[in-house]
Amino acid sequence: MTAVAVKPSAPVGGRVSKKKTSPGGGIGRYLLVRFLLIFPTIFILVSMVFWLMRTTGDPITAALGAKLPPDQLAERIQAAGYDRPIIVQYFEYLGQVFTGNFGTTISTNRPVSEVLLTYGSATAELVFYALIVAFVIGIPLGMVAAYWRDKAPDAALRVFAILCYATPVFFAGLLLKLVFAVWLKVLPVAGRSTIGSELQLQSLPSPTGIYTIDALQTGDPAVLGDVLMHAVLPALALGLLTAGVFLRLVRTNVIGTLGTDYVNAARSRGVNEFRLVSKHAYRPALIPIITVIGLQIALLLGGAVLTETTFEWQGLGFMLIEFIKARDFVAVQGIVALLAVIVALSNFIVDIIAALIDPRVRY
Amino acid sequence: MTSLTAESTRATKPPLWTRLPVVHQLRQSIGLQRGMLVVGLIITGIFILTAIFAPLLAPYGFSQLRGDNGLFGAQRAPSGEHLLGTTVGGYDVLSRVIWGSQTAITVMIVAVLLSIFAGVALGLVSGYFGGWLDRVLVVVCDAVYAFPALLLAIVMGIVISGGRSDLIGGILAASISITVVFIPQYFRVIRAETVRIKAEAYVESARVLGASNARIMFRHVLRNATRTLPLIFTLNASEAVLTLAGLGFIGFGIEPSSAAEWGYDLNKSLSDVSSGIWWTSLFPGLAIVLVVLGITLVGESLNDLADPRLRSRRAPGKTAGVVAATSVVPGGTLAAGPGGIDGLEADLPAYDPHPIDDPFEAK
Repeated sequence: MTAVAVKPSAPVGGRVSKKKTSPGGGIGRYLLVRFLLIFPTIFILVSMVFWLMRTTGDPITAALGAKLPPDQLAERIQAAGYDRPIIVQYFEYLGQVFTGNFGTTISTNRPVSEVLLTYGSATAELVFYALIVAFVIGIPLGMVAAYWRDKAPDAALRVFAILCYATPVFFAGLLLKLVFAVWLKVLPVAGRSTIGSELQLQSLPSPTGIYTIDALQTGDPAVLGDVLMHAVLPALALGLLTAGVFLRLVRTNVIGTLGTDYVNAARSRGVNEFRLVSKHAYRPALIPIITVIGLQIALLLGGAVLTETTFEWQGLGFMLIEFIKARDFVAVQGIVALLAVIVALSNFIVDIIAALIDPRVRY
Repeated sequence: MTSLTAESTRATKPPLWTRLPVVHQLRQSIGLQRGMLVVGLIITGIFILTAIFAPLLAPYGFSQLRGDNGLFGAQRAPSGEHLLGTTVGGYDVLSRVIWGSQTAITVMIVAVLLSIFAGVALGLVSGYFGGWLDRVLVVVCDAVYAFPALLLAIVMGIVISGGRSDLIGGILAASISITVVFIPQYFRVIRAETVRIKAEAYVESARVLGASNARIMFRHVLRNATRTLPLIFTLNASEAVLTLAGLGFIGFGIEPSSAAEWGYDLNKSLSDVSSGIWWTSLFPGLAIVLVVLGITLVGESLNDLADPRLRSRRAPGKTAGVVAATSVVPGGTLAAGPGGIDGLEADLPAYDPHPIDDPFEAK
């Protein structure tokens, strides 16, 4: 709806020139514009986070104010350069972010970029598994709901989808933990692996930090099984959140395509109903789904913070909360800035995929 | 939609109450949709009543630790004295669940009102005047919109309260954190409507008659641009509850002595779960799920009823005149998870997935 309404606001001049260029390298220009748009997005988010965090004062006082005497505090503030005009610090910070330097944590005195690398892989692994869960649950169920529209399966699935959305990730996590880990004792309560596997993984020559890949490297099926078992509950908790969204989305879009002429034509040709839904109606409904996945990345990353805390999954979200507790705002700022970059990049990638699939997307 | 309805039914003039937003939809709905709407309204009603009458309903105060027979004791299983048991901190679970509704509803109302005022004002000015201000606001809002809502709320929480808070501070911090996340949503919808309405003939005629910009904006544009607000309102209300709980869960909650907050209680129950204590997490969690479910059911039904493609069919004639493509969220409100109104672009495959004016586009 927004898109439709926005169109008339485009200046007339712009439209004419667009028409001239569009027959040629439409997609190249489209992707270039999209790519260039990443920078203002990152710039705005990083600046916003910087200024917001700085309104609370300098990071050293926030982290160590209660622990150090004033003269030592002042010394450390000066050493870190926080006594200079804030605008100077701002431009310095922008320059650092541009070169991938996010500063040094105050509480643990490690480069933030190192923290991001170490824990980012854990978060990536979790989000990847959650996406798989969301696909496997959301897409087939969405087709089922669309096919039996307004019938009992549809009603049940819609309530399920709303429940998925209405249940906070951490509550879903707690329930899953209670049932599968505490009562049934079939899955581990928390963490990414047992200590034994952890030691094996750390002794690898080149660990990736993504435990599934590392476990494959060890070649020990017990380690791989252990790592996968640990991932089941967190992935389910986070995946269910998104599964509801996918279910709704697939349902609406397949309902739209099921009513089209070509689906009727296929049906009259004798295509069986299963194929009708899973191929003829589903394929054209894919594009809106892909674009929404891009937006889901933000939802998933937010959800990952909560899931990681629930399951003590030592990823970026888990560390974020630890740093907040330690009032280490340099680290918080770094993690938030990195996530902003990831969101901007993933939106760009989704734009590319959408444009490649559907020529209509590139205007 | 209400404006269209009013127009089309002017000849017959049904009584005013049947034209009120929710009542109208209730009469318009049938079957499953009516069931969902009614269930949603009932749950929401119970929630509101619980919040209002919390002092009468709750057996104990939210921060009460001792009764007539001394201390309640920690982690007591549900019993006659404590129907839902006691928490690890020694509070009565039932009382905290009931009092929690008051906190939730306060934050919800403050957050939604703040974001409506800010978002509507910005969207109206931006859409009406256009120009560089419009472009800057669109890019900024898009950046904020793409950002994980919870992270933004965390940053705002740090800024406002430094991470810990009393009652008023906590409620304000939570509300404002949520507001920042919502403003882009109102902004986008109102701006899009404004841009569309600005081109309407009646706005032209008002201008010819010499009406001032302020008068056109508030009298002609705003009045017609607000038809989608009730829908976003319900979406955001449920999202506010979830965000508040998320903030509470990661430790930005309101201290237990100042107010009861479900997310905080869930966080404290995290360690209970591992030892099989289920009552401290189950009930606050269920409270969140029920409230979000109720509000979402209402929002979802309103959205579906406003969208002719999603509305269950009924005898022609009864709905004549109300068919307008007014769905705020094609694909259902569910897509509007903590990540925002993701469904906004859901079934518009022919358009740019990011409906903004590219600053690089207008040359």
